[in-house]
Amino acid sequence: MTHFDVATAAVQAALDAGARYADARVMHRRYESMSARNGEIEELSQDEDAGIGVRALVGSSWGFFAVPELSDAAARAAGTRAARIATASARVPGPAVDLVPTGGQSGTWSSPCAVDPLGVALSDKGDLLVHATKLSHQAGADLAEGLYQIWDTSKWFVSSEGHRIDQHVRECGAGISATVIGDGETQRRSYPSYRGQYGTSGWELVDSLDLGAHAVRIAEEARELLTAPLCPSGETTLILGGEQLALQIHESVGHAIELDRILGWEAAFAGTSWLDLNQLGRLRYGSELMNITIDPTIPGALGSFGFDDEGTPAAKRDAVREGRWVGVLAGRDSAAVAGLDYAGSVRSDGWSRLPMVRMTNVGLEPGPHTLDEIIDATDDGVLMDINRSWSIDDKRLNFQFGCEIGWEIKNGRRGRMLRNPTYTGIGPQFWRSMDMLSGESVAWGTPNCGKGQPGQVGHTGHPAAPARFTNVRVGVRG
Amino acid sequence: MSRELDLAGRVVELVREIAGPDAEAEASATHTAHSLTRFANSAIHQNVAEDTTGLRLRLHVDGRTAAGSSTVVTDDGLRGLVERTVAAARLCPPDPAWPGLAPATAPDGTGNYDEATAQATPDERADRVRAFVEAAGGLETAGYCRTVSWAGGFANSAGQSVTGRSAEAAMDGIARAGGVDGVARRNTGRLSDLDGTVLGARAAVKARAGAAPVELAPGRYEVVLEPTAVVDILQNFALFGFNGKAYNERRSFAELGSTQFDPTISLVDDTLGTLGLPYDAEGTPKRRVALVENGVTRTVTHDRRTAAEAGVSSTGHALHGGASWGAVPTNLCLLPAGDTGDGSGPTEVSGPIVDSDTAALVAGVERGLLVTDFWYTRVLDPKSLVITGLTRNGVWLIENGEITTAVQNFRFTQSYPQALAPGAVLGLGRHASLLPDSWDASWWSAPALRLASWNFTGGASG
Repeated sequence: MTHFDVATAAVQAALDAGARYADARVMHRRYESMSARNGEIEELSQDEDAGIGVRALVGSSWGFFAVPELSDAAARAAGTRAARIATASARVPGPAVDLVPTGGQSGTWSSPCAVDPLGVALSDKGDLLVHATKLSHQAGADLAEGLYQIWDTSKWFVSSEGHRIDQHVRECGAGISATVIGDGETQRRSYPSYRGQYGTSGWELVDSLDLGAHAVRIAEEARELLTAPLCPSGETTLILGGEQLALQIHESVGHAIELDRILGWEAAFAGTSWLDLNQLGRLRYGSELMNITIDPTIPGALGSFGFDDEGTPAAKRDAVREGRWVGVLAGRDSAAVAGLDYAGSVRSDGWSRLPMVRMTNVGLEPGPHTLDEIIDATDDGVLMDINRSWSIDDKRLNFQFGCEIGWEIKNGRRGRMLRNPTYTGIGPQFWRSMDMLSGESVAWGTPNCGKGQPGQVGHTGHPAAPARFTNVRVGVRG
Repeated sequence: MSRELDLAGRVVELVREIAGPDAEAEASATHTAHSLTRFANSAIHQNVAEDTTGLRLRLHVDGRTAAGSSTVVTDDGLRGLVERTVAAARLCPPDPAWPGLAPATAPDGTGNYDEATAQATPDERADRVRAFVEAAGGLETAGYCRTVSWAGGFANSAGQSVTGRSAEAAMDGIARAGGVDGVARRNTGRLSDLDGTVLGARAAVKARAGAAPVELAPGRYEVVLEPTAVVDILQNFALFGFNGKAYNERRSFAELGSTQFDPTISLVDDTLGTLGLPYDAEGTPKRRVALVENGVTRTVTHDRRTAAEAGVSSTGHALHGGASWGAVPTNLCLLPAGDTGDGSGPTEVSGPIVDSDTAALVAGVERGLLVTDFWYTRVLDPKSLVITGLTRNGVWLIENGEITTAVQNFRFTQSYPQALAPGAVLGLGRHASLLPDSWDASWWSAPALRLASWNFTGGASG
């Protein structure tokens, strides 16, 4: 019995139990992670996960049931159970549910992969982390840490509308960090990002990071930070490195344009959005330099796929064009409720979780400058790089971010290193103050986006380049 | 013998067969039935359930360690898990700090278990949601009702063999009035204890009491934190403070034997008698651990590895994947003041204050703020545990012991240990509330708390 047969049996059972629509995903995932600390392997884990999740729509009520067994009998029982749960949902009914049409898609998709990450010898992968963390520890890091993660996911999707799609997505990434512990505080530097860089890519991505080449530098910078002057407090011109800007996009744009949040479906836990659908197409989100796209077709970016988990083919779309809000991340049911004609942004983090609206690759199109040109053009300001802390309100308006490192900018030159840099603001005011944008864009991968109940961890990508913002409050302290 | 213990035992036997008699192995099998009925815009919009058996294996062979897991519990699946984990261990570098396996020790119990909760139907959860929605009296509502049950078995090659069962029910919801949210939540071992009508009415009262909030200037304010807000302090203490790994690495604020907190503060981690399985990921029986006694930091929580490094015994706080995260207390309780121990709760009060415990604390405040929830809190520095975050689900101004007006949400930046330092705690409630974590394997218990100062650094609107 093939995985398509199992999924088909589940869908048929749900229809037999009264569903007017049903879909099923069989997923098989292998996950491997290794961490090292101070030149020694700390943990190696290899995990395997397989099962089927069935979604059923009875009337206008949804039900979902998941089991790890892939027999015909288990699949049929799961389909029946999903329909029963949907029937119970009707005890507290909502408005009519429709699904925007996608056609009965058939297809196969695989992410690009030159070097199979699970095929690389464990000893070689271990040597990489041991070498980098040993160098960093010897250079003065109290805690020199390294981590890689690999996800190898195959999925087979079938729906009662005729979808029949299989995909093979390989994701991996790695990073190192150096922490020094002082009297009453710690300082940390990371490379290439807070948790590393990740993509839908083979091990060639990790090789390209050249972790060992940066191990000594981050240890030295972390130690230097312990005695660096504090970031001054007040309003100033702020230049953000691309990695921090990627998180700024994720938190203050990506989540805000999730249609399920806008519709109130996440109100109790993740929160809502400051955006009002009545203003779609008209609202000024940011300056004219701000062009945000939703693009799951970017080769190698962490939010890429061939089809989303409702079977909608991947397609590029504008979210903000020349500063104006024009698009959302949507699913088939949320789009229909909102009167929109597109979906394509629904995923789940496994067979046992309900697919929901998630970011794909939400990124900022590059600008005309270089980082050096932005610094040259700045008389007085602060440059901040690499995220350290992130917090934003439940409507995605008020944010405060901390970065690992800052530098004073005076008369067009990068000056002293600054300790504990933070900045705070309100999303649209902040984005409207963006006046310079670099072309040095990188698609940063975020492998830890939390959302939903039961909780799900999403993988998203964020193309971003360094940018400048005016009149930003920096140096908030406790 | 339970099915789960049988699975765990078979995995340990397979390790012996494949890796030889000297291999050390520990295996746990857990069957989880998790159901969650979620509502928004006053209708059930997501309704999910899963039935999963997962296996975890950690082994130490020829001085090297590896771990693995699988949901494939067929004979071939078990053999595959063992073969690839053995192969992985042989490719790993030596692990000279391997602390060995947990010895055979009987746990103090088998875990709480309520059959009715474990077998709860989607109709039963939906009925509680309906009650919540109806009790909100026309306000828009959102939240969830969930039931979870676990059946676990653990075996290792040192002879430890334990089983346990547990069940949990939780409800968490908001009511919204004019863009203002009021919240009510509860955790319990029995679904029958959850009353959607009580919780829905409480959320609605708080939402209505939050109407027309005013903006106050940032600054340091005396505060009364409801138990829902105190939970955030406990969560951050657990992860960054009382975590044995963080302590060993000097990343924690904890200093054993020092009076780091006000004498009114006593913290324990305690699963027994409430919710959860009676053993940890290494098979060590769980027990009550007093972390802070009358303001004095006494100990931190350990797994076998962090305990060996610190020269002490495991406290039964091993987590799967804990080599990276550390040994974290996941059932932390702030002990209430003068609890009568009769199991009774505080009296319900109609208004933003909710209960008699909190009302008593508010009555003593000349000028301060009542805070319901903290939201999106993140650590600025793990050692001093300076945290930024926002208030959520209701803030009110207290003047001369009375609530006078609702207040807009604030952003704060505050060292959590400093907020509970000697002299900083002005009062505790007499009863603790059991509250759910958004991830179902943890829960927290806290009374309301009155603190001399909390550093609000900005209004959430700008």
